[in-house]
Amino acid sequence: MLGNTTLTEFLDGLRTVPQHQPWPRHLLDERAWMDLLHQLAESDWTLLGLWADGGEVHAALRDEEDGAVAVASLSCPERKYPSLSEVRPGAIRLERALRDLWGITPVGLSDPRPWLDHGRWPVSRPLALPRGPAPETPVDYPFLPVEGEALHIIPVGPVHAGVIEPGHFRFTCSGESVVRLEARLGYTHKGVEELMAGKPLAEAAKLAARLSGDSTVAYSLAFARAVEAATASEAPPRAHWLRALMAELERIANHLLDVGGVCNDAAFPVMLAHCTTLREEVLRANAACFGHRLLMDRILPGGVSHDLTREGGATLRKLCATLAQRLNILVDIYDDLPSLQDRTVGTGIVRPALARRFGAGGVVGRASMQGGDARKAVAYPPYDELDFAVPTQPLGDVNARIWQRIEELRESLSLVNQLMDGMPGGPLTRPIPTRGGEGMALVEGFRGEILLWLRLSEAGKVVRCHPRDPSWFQWPLLEAAIENNIVADFPLCNKSFNCSYSGVDL
Amino acid sequence: MRLVRLLLQTLLKGPVTQAPPPADADSLAQLAATLSARSRDTLGRSLAIRALDAGSCNGCELEIQAVCGPVYDLERYGLKVVASPRHADVLLVTGPVTRNMALAAVRTYEAMAAPKWVVAMGDCARDGGCFAGSYAVMNGVQELLPVDLVIPGCPPEPEKLLSGLLALLETVA
Ligand code: SF4
Repeated sequence: MLGNTTLTEFLDGLRTVPQHQPWPRHLLDERAWMDLLHQLAESDWTLLGLWADGGEVHAALRDEEDGAVAVASLSCPERKYPSLSEVRPGAIRLERALRDLWGITPVGLSDPRPWLDHGRWPVSRPLALPRGPAPETPVDYPFLPVEGEALHIIPVGPVHAGVIEPGHFRFTCSGESVVRLEARLGYTHKGVEELMAGKPLAEAAKLAARLSGDSTVAYSLAFARAVEAATASEAPPRAHWLRALMAELERIANHLLDVGGVCNDAAFPVMLAHCTTLREEVLRANAACFGHRLLMDRILPGGVSHDLTREGGATLRKLCATLAQRLNILVDIYDDLPSLQDRTVGTGIVRPALARRFGAGGVVGRASMQGGDARKAVAYPPYDELDFAVPTQPLGDVNARIWQRIEELRESLSLVNQLMDGMPGGPLTRPIPTRGGEGMALVEGFRGEILLWLRLSEAGKVVRCHPRDPSWFQWPLLEAAIENNIVADFPLCNKSFNCSYSGVDL
Repeated sequence: MRLVRLLLQTLLKGPVTQAPPPADADSLAQLAATLSARSRDTLGRSLAIRALDAGSCNGCELEIQAVCGPVYDLERYGLKVVASPRHADVLLVTGPVTRNMALAAVRTYEAMAAPKWVVAMGDCARDGGCFAGSYAVMNGVQELLPVDLVIPGCPPEPEKLLSGLLALLETVA
């Protein structure tokens, strides 16, 4: 087809799977899959996710022109499929992970190295049936070779100096400048997809809430929405509003910590001290209103577990007023300090074209001119009734990522107030019917868009659940952002991305 | 300048730091059983802590960071989070211990000079929590390292973490 085809036109006429909600899922044969690959080379469609289920591989795509979302599926009885990595580089790590977990080979993927599998599990291909044998020795991981004069290598991690998650970074440097950074992750792989399989909804929801603790609200929301889609049910209106309230509180708490954290890594700890203090007020308000500082397990399939009382509402309004006022002071200070900006301006640049190529969204994407936000693009309730902007920045450096967070903080504070003004009454939950089906959800977490896909059995248990963290498409950009920066600026760049390890390690 | 004003205001207002919680009674009992023979004098009422994420969801890390912040101010007790295991007396482990992290965890522990203590923070570190039984995890820190103190919770609240660590300080240092 090529040319100016829309995603919907392209998939039109292909077999559609019944009971896949809310977006269609189409079954492709190998020829149609190859056509899709060719079309992807021409079209600007975003790869939203790539995962397997039994003997099938699924690719979720979005046409940014009209916002249409669809899943394309290919059955691979020979346990191989043509790789998407050539046309969508964001697929590379997803395909490596899929190969490790399922033993399904992406034909044409140029990187033969495993990703999540470090050769330390008592099995291989843990999600395949049958599973593979335990490896004889751990993986001897070959990092990409770098050639040149007087280069030296700095290996860092998996255990880092700070209180952060584990991962290995291999810097190749020429003097102070980084020539190449390569990350190796997978250290926090907990086997969540396997743990979720066969679990009743309540237990699987707990696991979803612990994919990445800082995004526990967003993941719980994604899980709940996917379950509700699969079972053709819907949470009551008040639950939608309370969910959004929690999601915005989570965004506020995390953005505050990140703004402070980046400044701290630029040797300005005063900002971190103040941001941590503000964040603590958010967490205490969370605990006072909903009974958990991080709001874990408050969003459940069918609704929410806690209501907001009148006093809770008053607490949150006061919180927002204080935050808005004190944030302004901190922003003025940031804006007023050339010595701080000297570190952040022009550091760790992500070019918009590269962000686009990897389909990176969230703070990292938007700080490089990518305007996507699931709250607008999918407009799930109650965001369709709320008034907010999705800011972007043109320059894509550390400074841009700080400003992006500041502007998002302001939007979120306004959203919290709107949510309190418009909060409808009524029940908090509706029962989830016991039935099978497939559901997918796209939800905007503080890092960006989370995709969560699941298939339920007729008994209402999870057969397969795949969560895709926004960091899958942001981590690779960090490697590009640091190039030609000095090693000492890596913590700064890394913090300004603040990608999740646990979320992508699964 | 705004910064000068803020610093002055902060000084005049006094610290945001809250009053310390008592040392946790449960933890004291737990520690009394394991640590009675160890010397109290060597450490001079100060412990250096090395945090080790052994595959947590990062929720526990958020509360460690909170405890290090101005409101809980860990350092006023003589407890300090340090960068190197070589400087550390206490290994504060979070997460169920993934198999992919086991080697790094053992090496971190081995890099510490004796006497040393291991604290398992959070339900995951206690017994694997909701990740127990997975092919990829070891069901808690005690399967890999000798654990002196467990601080349960998902994640443990800052007060719980603090009072657990204070109990450790009272017992060993
Ligand atoms: S105990 Fe809870 S918060 Fe801590 S790592 Fe485990 S799941 Fe995360």
